[in-house]
Amino acid sequence: MQQILFILLSAITFYIAFRQFKKIYDNVQLGKAQDISGDTATRWKNVLLVAFGQQKMFKNWIPALLHLFIYVAFLFTQIELLEIFIDGIFGVHRFFAPFLGGFYTLIISTIEILSFLALIATFAFLYRRNMLKVPRLVKSELNGWPKLDANIILFAEILLVTGIFTMNGTDSVLQTLDPTHYPDTGKLAISSWFGPAIFGGFEMSTLQLLERAGWWLHLMVVFGFIIYLPYSKHLHIFLAFPNVYFSKLTSRGKMENMPEIMNEVKSMLGIESDVPPSADGELPEFGAKDIFDLSWTNIMNAYTCTECGRCSAVCPANLTGKKLSPRKIMMDIRDRATEVGNNLASGDLKYAKSKDNSDVKTLTADNYDDGKSLFDYISREELHACTTCNACVEACPVMIDPLEPILKMRRYEILTESAGPADWTPMFTAMENGGCVWQMPVEREAWRDEV
Amino acid sequence: MTIKTMAETTASGIEVEVLFWVGCAGSFDARAQRVTKAFSQLLDKAGVSFAILGNEEACTGDPARRAGNEFIFQMLALQNIQTLNMYGVKKIVTACPHCFNTLKNEYPELGGNYEVVHHTQFLQELLNTGKLKVEGGSFRGKKITYHDSCYIGRINGIYEAPRQVLEHLDGDLVEMKRCKTTGLCCGAGGAQMFKEDEAGDKRINIERAEEAISTNASIVAANCPFCITMITDGMKAKDKQDDVMVMDISEMILQGMK
Repeated sequence: MQQILFILLSAITFYIAFRQFKKIYDNVQLGKAQDISGDTATRWKNVLLVAFGQQKMFKNWIPALLHLFIYVAFLFTQIELLEIFIDGIFGVHRFFAPFLGGFYTLIISTIEILSFLALIATFAFLYRRNMLKVPRLVKSELNGWPKLDANIILFAEILLVTGIFTMNGTDSVLQTLDPTHYPDTGKLAISSWFGPAIFGGFEMSTLQLLERAGWWLHLMVVFGFIIYLPYSKHLHIFLAFPNVYFSKLTSRGKMENMPEIMNEVKSMLGIESDVPPSADGELPEFGAKDIFDLSWTNIMNAYTCTECGRCSAVCPANLTGKKLSPRKIMMDIRDRATEVGNNLASGDLKYAKSKDNSDVKTLTADNYDDGKSLFDYISREELHACTTCNACVEACPVMIDPLEPILKMRRYEILTESAGPADWTPMFTAMENGGCVWQMPVEREAWRDEV
Repeated sequence: MTIKTMAETTASGIEVEVLFWVGCAGSFDARAQRVTKAFSQLLDKAGVSFAILGNEEACTGDPARRAGNEFIFQMLALQNIQTLNMYGVKKIVTACPHCFNTLKNEYPELGGNYEVVHHTQFLQELLNTGKLKVEGGSFRGKKITYHDSCYIGRINGIYEAPRQVLEHLDGDLVEMKRCKTTGLCCGAGGAQMFKEDEAGDKRINIERAEEAISTNASIVAANCPFCITMITDGMKAKDKQDDVMVMDISEMILQGMK
């Protein structure tokens, strides 16, 4: 009975999760192709150090250490989870225990110690978020769902650890009462002493019930977590790895070149270029107006963001009360990608470009137009406040680049819309006419006469 | 001293060691001109043969590109590359981090490949090889704080060269809380220099000036003409312009030699 229920629930969970993760994959693919050439050895090194090794977290060691507890506990618990799956499918109990002997005791004890540390970290995080109100954790862009999301996961963590300790604690008592059904685990680091202290003297049936309750609670939290992940900032636990792998390897100081404009200017200046300038009638659009104009790595960045706000905490614009918050930029890109993805999945032709409606049969990314864009999420004021100082890029523990989409949107505003801050117009004019950022009445080399 | 242009040196058949890229601020801004002149004098004292492009130099295009105007960037960049390649320039030194970054990181893809060094790196080399000697002079024992410009520091990873140059002055170097990788922007980058701030509680340059003031340093050493303008303005706003000097590293070295 329990086996059938287990297999059924697992199948449903994985089916739902697969569909949700596929959706995110599709949303990321809405972005443009991105050059990901470059040394793969460096990329793997980054994954090892930055993603797996959490190198960039340790700039601030208190949250880094607390986060490490939860992270390592999560990694190790996978071993126990594997056993839970074997037990669940085959209807056995603690499948690994008789095989591994002392090693089993070591593994489960490690998990128990890590779970305990993770529990401390969880309370510390709840405290930092809700009582201490660390500035970067209470900024306005976190109001509503993002704040709730963070707390939900922390409560889920408490439930998970409760499940683990109920399961192990009752088990340690049951091992003495019914050794044939409850194989010896050896002396476990935490549950072997607190189990008998709390559950000793309980009725056999109560203990059995509690053991199962703990086991199922652990499992249900895991299943819930798997389904919940795609809706949550906690997606970073998976996406951090590919995100770090595909992060930019070229210099931070190098903005992405625009070959179409370079070639246009080359032909204007009479410089030979490899590619002829485009001659088709339609006016080209430059920069990014919507997620389709961003690269898929920009969108993956957005889904990887765990809203920690280290970027916004060091952003000079944000620090001085401007509207720009690099974290909000990433959250907006994610929310817009999700919105577009959901609309596309609905297949509703009201989202197709209106002029094409007569011959449009299916809604695709190419004919998509819901009358909105990233500019409905990100205001121009935010874009205009950026100093390109790269503090946000430096700060991100998972190598998200909030600057690149900002600059792409600036390009759209200036090149496609011919808009942008009015203050910049004289600068552009001076540069275009006199090759200098200011309109100057004297010669550029005049200063040398005064040396 | 006379400063020659590439056109002049080429005409007289002289091959110079390095091109000094002056930049818009260095050419036209009265405050930055003083840095240009100081650095030229240092090059002269060290016996470095150099030339400038003079009127043939144009803005590298950095503020246009970062504002989003790729068209103007390409126009200026491609013209500059034509000029530089025409003179067969191999090595460029500049006192502007924005010019430095664009010349070094962005021109190669457009066909401009040069060895580009920032003037703080160049000065470090001159001091290390003994071509320049500095005693410290008026800076001895003075409290100096160094402001990392974003484009030399965080963006190009040059943190040590400027600090090592400053050590030659025998002053008391103190760090601001936000320094090196976490150095706070002066507020000018990304073409902010050329526009009004967006609405907020405070100007970025004031935030930075306050941080510099809190170190009790009497000199803020900078490496960028825009940082100098911004932090000087910040000092004025805090009424500290008489107590805290904002200077370029090259000006300090020159003064330290006297």
